[in-house]
Amino acid sequence: MLSRAAWSLMLRKGGRGRREMHSPEAPARGEGKMPPYANWYAQRSYPMPEEPFCTELNAEQQALKEKEKGSWTQLSHAEKVALYRLQYHQTFAEMNRRSNEWKTVMGCVFFFCGFTALLIWWQRVYVYPPKPITLTDEWKAQQLQRMLDMKVNPVHGLASHWDYEKKEWKK
Amino acid sequence: MASEVLAKPQMRGLLARRLRIHMVGAFLVSLGVAALYKFGVAEPRKKAYADFYKNYSPEKDFEEMKKAGIFRSIK
Repeated sequence: MLSRAAWSLMLRKGGRGRREMHSPEAPARGEGKMPPYANWYAQRSYPMPEEPFCTELNAEQQALKEKEKGSWTQLSHAEKVALYRLQYHQTFAEMNRRSNEWKTVMGCVFFFCGFTALLIWWQRVYVYPPKPITLTDEWKAQQLQRMLDMKVNPVHGLASHWDYEKKEWKK
Repeated sequence: MASEVLAKPQMRGLLARRLRIHMVGAFLVSLGVAALYKFGVAEPRKKAYADFYKNYSPEKDFEEMKKAGIFRSIK
């Protein structure tokens, strides 16, 4: 119960709380879309979003937008940055930052590989029928002896590794 | 925005330079791979076969196989 409360609190903070500061959509619409389905979301492969990040501007932000309609050489550095932050949610450096997600992914991949290995082991013990006669050790030994008698692949292959005088494998 | 002036980057001939470098490189790499294969794989293989057949006698080989009993038509 405690974890469920913490989880819903985190969801509410992450979803609506941060967005209400910039309110790109009218809050009356309810939850609205979350990234990456929001109109202001940009990524490296889709860098020009449809809508600006902040659509509801207060008075000084509107004054800045009016100033933007004039010559841009009159804008100070801080004003240019403020305009960028109105238009876009994050800079390229921020949106392209790396994460630790790969560790989670690899961990889950390995975990499920291990689980599959357990299933396959169980299958080997409880499901597989007994080996055919040709796979018993005795039969395989006789098969190998016959292959050596026939001198299979005598230049580079099997018979080339067998010492026919000493009747053992070459060192 | 920056106070110092950066050097003007190379504006032209980028593809031509890349092609030149990679033509030479590809030529050398393929020659190298071919030489390595010839002296690492092909020549030892030819030598192994030559050594095997230098003192090879098919009659002796046949007699050995017959003695081992693998043939069905002759004993």
